[in-house]
Order: sequence, then structure tokens, then C-alpha cells
Amino acid sequence: TLLTFLLAPAKQHRTEKLLVLSLTKTPLSYWLKAVSPTQKMNLFQSITSALDNTLASDPTAVIFGEDVAFGGVFRCTVGLRDKYGKDRVFNTPLCEQGIVGFGIGAAVAGATAIAEIQFADYIYPAFDQIVNEAAKYRYRSGNLFDCGSLTIRAPWGCVGHGSLYHSQSPEAFFAHCPGIKVVIPRSPVQAKGLLLSCIADKNPCIFFEPKILYRAAVEQVPEEPYIIPLSQAEILQEGSDVTLVAWGTQIHVMKEVAAMAQEKLGVSCEVIDLQTILPWDTETICKSVVKTGRLLISHEAPITGGFAAEISSTVQEECFLNLEAPISRVCGYDTPFPHIFEPFYIPDKWKCFEAIKKMINY
Amino acid sequence: MCFSQTPEKKRWQQRWFCRYCRQRRRRAAPEGQRLTEGRICAVQGLCWASLGKMLTNISNVLRACAQRNGAAAVVSARTYADFTNEATFEIKKCDTFKLDEGPATQVVMTRDEGLQYYRTMQTMRRMELKADQLYKQKIIRGFCHLYDGQEACAVGIEAAINLSDHLITAYRAHGYTYTRGGTVKKIMAELTGRRGGIAKGKGGSMHMYCKHFYGGNGIVGAQVPLGAGVALACKYQGNSELCVCLYGDGAANQGQIFETYNMAALWKLPVIFICENNGYGMGTSVERAAASTDYFKRGEFIPGVRVDGMDVLCVREASRFAADYCRSGKGPILMELQTYRYHGHSMSDPGVSYRTREEIQEVRSKSDPISMLKDRMLSNNMASVEELKEIDVEVRKEIEDAAQFATTDPEPPLEDLCNHIFHNNPPLEVRGTNPWSKLKSVS
Repeated sequence: TLLTFLLAPAKQHRTEKLLVLSLTKTPLSYWLKAVSPTQKMNLFQSITSALDNTLASDPTAVIFGEDVAFGGVFRCTVGLRDKYGKDRVFNTPLCEQGIVGFGIGAAVAGATAIAEIQFADYIYPAFDQIVNEAAKYRYRSGNLFDCGSLTIRAPWGCVGHGSLYHSQSPEAFFAHCPGIKVVIPRSPVQAKGLLLSCIADKNPCIFFEPKILYRAAVEQVPEEPYIIPLSQAEILQEGSDVTLVAWGTQIHVMKEVAAMAQEKLGVSCEVIDLQTILPWDTETICKSVVKTGRLLISHEAPITGGFAAEISSTVQEECFLNLEAPISRVCGYDTPFPHIFEPFYIPDKWKCFEAIKKMINY
Repeated sequence: MCFSQTPEKKRWQQRWFCRYCRQRRRRAAPEGQRLTEGRICAVQGLCWASLGKMLTNISNVLRACAQRNGAAAVVSARTYADFTNEATFEIKKCDTFKLDEGPATQVVMTRDEGLQYYRTMQTMRRMELKADQLYKQKIIRGFCHLYDGQEACAVGIEAAINLSDHLITAYRAHGYTYTRGGTVKKIMAELTGRRGGIAKGKGGSMHMYCKHFYGGNGIVGAQVPLGAGVALACKYQGNSELCVCLYGDGAANQGQIFETYNMAALWKLPVIFICENNGYGMGTSVERAAASTDYFKRGEFIPGVRVDGMDVLCVREASRFAADYCRSGKGPILMELQTYRYHGHSMSDPGVSYRTREEIQEVRSKSDPISMLKDRMLSNNMASVEELKEIDVEVRKEIEDAAQFATTDPEPPLEDLCNHIFHNNPPLEVRGTNPWSKLKSVS
């Protein structure tokens, strides 16, 4: 009850209790976030916490992937094997196609399967399984079978020194495939909530975790489980002149760009985190563009066929007469992710700022 | 050979090079205590061992002079005519699968071959250790997978095939780049991402290429079907070349490997599949990753040989056997080289979270490929300690020069960012990070 909760002793120095705003009875409630004790965690610790919550509440949950047993190469699964046993957290051999195929089978049979692909760059051997099997299972069986309890997690995005095969952002490849959901968080609090939503969601989900934020992003994350609804974009900062849309690491760049634009150009920017790439929240983006009239979309993946193209196309269909300037996309070059040229390749804040200037002066 | 000047810093504090054996010696005695090493006043700059050698040489010279009435001084007491030119060695018998006979167990190695293997392995070892050092200094960035401990594999394979044959491997490729003809300078410049690099600085550690060496592949297992394709080209062109296709124990569980076995056996392609089994697929030991750790039997319908990968002669003999098998048109053959890597999977992996330091030390002391070759040559009087030390010194200098080049060479020009995406005759326009910037791609 409320009283016992307030009287319960606070945990040792690393946690703090938030004010009690409301109490609900369902354990996976969003509001519980406001009442439960929080702990300072970085991104990989928040992922571990989410997986811990899942394994505790769902007896059918299993986690598997390459090297997850000792904790994973990014320490996302540290301690879980010792806590829950080696039949629930286990290593697979080096076979991505096998991992995802196996995950689909486990999900169809009823287990909550959480597969880890070691880097998003290695997901391509499993592309066939994801696109041809996982995405189409419910459709082709007329809702008789589904692999909804499958979640695939993969580290994603540039990391400063990753070069060709440790820096890719393949969300655009999967956006072209109806039947799966693609989710990308921007921070530890979002990551835990979105991952728990993906696991609870009755559709196969791919959860990309920005690897550069694993240690760099630190926040006070609630220890209790909570969900953040999928397919809802979040407006981080209200504005009236330009809408900036991004996801993952790029949101932090956008926030800086918004500050720069406010300071140097007097331009008020509305920053939106898309969060779910597929199916994406068209309403929030379009409403924002109707208000501001200008849109800038930014991602690290190459510009041709990147997800910014889809957003751009839909927005011009819906909001054509409201646009004051052409929709601007600031993305990576159309080259393989370079080794030594990475600082020139990525869409950094200066390129975005330049694009805003051109849009304002159109 | 001259008696040296006093080293610059205070005698009891510094590390210095002995002028004779050119090895680093340290005066270990702290301030106040008596020095016991190299403290002979008249003979500064020499360590005890070198002093002994020098006195022996002097006495030999005097004896020789006394016998020959003042002939020129002899620097070394031993001439090269003293060494045996070739010797026969007994090597471990290889396990075979679906083969009536295996590689030979009695092998002959000549002095020149031995010195060449020693020099190559030592160069590879020093190069990898230098890369380790540069990585820790953040001059090399990104991912760096080091090959030390496995040198015998690269050297043994190269000794058995010709430069006109083809080779493809995975990301632990620095050693193979060297044996296939790359220079240490170019390899190190590629690691640091400079324009003097073997792939012009655009590939990095995992993507090194040279003639008849197809890399350097980052995605695990992806190089094996490529190797079969190269072998098909060799067969089609009828030039009796073959393709050596390497992969690791982790990759052996990839589906595409088995697809390739099937194609190679069906079409009798001249490909040697080699599984470099170093016991660990990144952090997972072979027992925990594979239902069957007999990687040489995994081909099922392809004959296999299991070879001790720490012994360069064993690898050479088995590779010769495999090359003859392929060239005679019998089809593919599978080799498993049992080897070990001292470093972790890559520079971000300490290498001790899934194995003990004692294990690494044990392998280093008992089966190090360079030590084994050195012992063999010394005990059969095929080389002298000084000669091998001279090779060490030369190798060290080569590596130092290469590291210097790799650190000071300029980076590739910015235009290279978009070059060589496609093959296009008029330069192609590449869209940039915003609609107003377009770059040119020249190829």
C-alpha cells in the first residue's frame, strides 16, 4: 500500500525515490516509473535490467546469442546466467541465420525468445529468416501461428572507430518489410521501456541499441519494469520554426543543433525522436510539420533509400501546402561506411546547422 | 667492434644497449648498492655474456694470428662452413579421414629454408607485437586481430604453395598478407589508415589484399564460398593453380561453409579448405560451440587431415600433401591446423576472461613455433645463436622503420572517400549529407 511504500527504507546511496504520483495495480504499467526507486545506469545496464525483469516475470523467456553467457561483448547480459540458469541464458555457435531461425521456432512454440545478434552488421545472413519467415508467419498461416514472442537485439550505429563492419545502421532494409517492428532507443530510460514493450508486443521485433551510447549515456532508470508504447514518436522540445526528426544517437546531435539554431539564428526548433521506425508515427510528425512548415530528417545510414526518404515522401503527400521549404535530409554519404574517413562521413551538427540555415533562407 | 663510450644517463639508473650483442640490458641495482652487471670499468657498455664472448673471440684471433703469422683478424670464431646444410626431422603423424595415406613423417629441411622460415616467423611476431603497442598508444584504431602464436600456419602453407596459387582468409590476416608478398611497411600503414597502406588506407586491419591474396574478410565464413569460386576459375582456366581457403573454428559452424563443401566436392574444385583451430571462437571454447570438434571430419564427403599447427614443418608437409592431392584433380581436401593464439580475439579482448594465463604461458613455453624451429636448428647445428640474433636485430629494425613510416605517412586525401564505389567511366556523382553537397566518385 501507499503507506508501507513511503515508510520503506531507502536503498543504499545509489538510488533515490521519486515522489509518489499515482499507484496502479498492473506491474508493467508506465506510471510505475514515477513511483519506483531508480538507479543510476548506463545503456547496457538498463538493458540488463530489462532482461532481468523479463526472465523473472516470464518463465518461458530465454536469451541466446553469441557469447551471451559470460555477459556479452557489450556486457548486456552480465549476471543473468548465474541468476537464472544455463538453460535460460545460453551461447549459440557462430551462425546468425541459425540463431534467428531457431528463435522463430522457439517463439512459434510459445517461448519468449530474445535473440542477440552480435553486431547489426552481421544480421544479413539472418535477413532471409527475418523477412521471409518471421515477418510473414502470421499472415501466411491466417493467424493460426505467429512468432510474436521473438525479439532480436543488435548493437547499431557508428562508434568512432568501427569502420565498415562494426558501424552499420540497417534499419532501412527492415523498414521495407511489413510484419516486423523496428525500434531504436536514444537513452537508458527509453531503452528499458522500449525493450520491455518489444518483448511484450505480440509481433516479432528488432531492437537496435546504439553501441556508442552503451557506456556514454547514463541516467536514473527505474528498477521496476515499465513500458513505453511503440509506434509513438516523442517530442523532446517544442518549437515553431523547424521540425527536426531523428532516432538513436542522432537525437543527441539534433538537440545540440536545436540549441545552436536558437542561439545563433534565433530559430525555434521542434525536436522529435521517432523511436519506432516501423510502423512509424506519421501523425505526430505531420502535425508538427503543419505547425512549423519545415522538416529536417537526419540519420547515419546512406542517404539513398535511407528511412528519411520514406518520411520525406509521406510528409510531402500529407502536408504539401504547409511546407515552406523543401524537406531536408542530412544523412551519410552513399558509400560503404568508411574506415579512416568516418569524421567526414557522419552527419554531424555542422552539416545539420547548415541545412537549417538554407531552409530558413529558402 | 669497439669499446663504447659511457652511456649518457647515470650508470645505475638507465637501460642501455650492450654494444656487442645489441640487446637491452638493465642495470638493476638501485642507488647505493653495488652494481654487479656490466660494471667492469675498462669495458663499459658490455654485458657479462658479451664480454665473455668477446674475450673468447680475442683469444681465438690471437691464436689464429700466432698460427698464420699476422694474418687479418677473424671476427667470428665459427664460419658458415661449419653448419650442416640439411637435416632430417621426425614430425608428428597426422590424423586422416577418408585417406589411405597421410603426409610424410620424415621431412628434410635445409639450412636456407630454416633461416627463411625463422626470419619470416620472427618478422610476423614482431609486427604483431608492434601493432599491439601502436594500438595501445591509439595510433592504430578500430579493430585489430593479432596473429601471434599462429605464425607456423602461414609460413608452412606458403612454403608448400607457389606465389601463383591463390589464398583467402578471414580477418586475422596480417600474417598472410606478409607471406603473400605484402611488405611490413605497407601492412602497418594500412593499420594506421595512411595512404601508403596496402589498401590505400581505406580497408584497415581486416581488409588487406595483394596479388593472389583475396583478403582480409570481416564477415565470418563469408570468404569460404569466395574461395571456392576462385578455385572454379583456376579449374576453368586450366592453369593447375589452386586456392587455399582458410577459416576458423568459430566459422566452421556457419551454414555457408557446408554449402561450399557440397559445391566443391560436386564439381571437384581445386580448393584446400583449412580450418585454423585455435581453440576459441572469440570467447567461446570449441567444446561449447561445436557438436563435433573434429573439424577435419566435418567435410563428410571431403577427405581430411588433422595437423599440428604449431610446427612449421608439419604444416608444410601437410600442405604439400594437400596441394599434390588438389593438383592431381581429385577435388577438394580439408585440413585442420591445431594452433593457438596468444592475444585475445582482438585488441578489445583481454583474452583471459575465458582462459587462464597459465594456459597461455604453457603453450608459449612448450609449443611456441619460433622456439621450436630455433631449437631444431641449433641442436642440429644448422645455425648459430649469433646468426639468429642478428636476424632478430635486423627484423627489429625493419619493424621500427615500418612503424615510423606508418605513423608519419599522411592520411588518404578526402576525395578518396567516394572513389571506387562502382566502376564508372565518367566520374559518378555521389549524394552527400545534404542536397547541396555532391562529391565525385572516380573509379
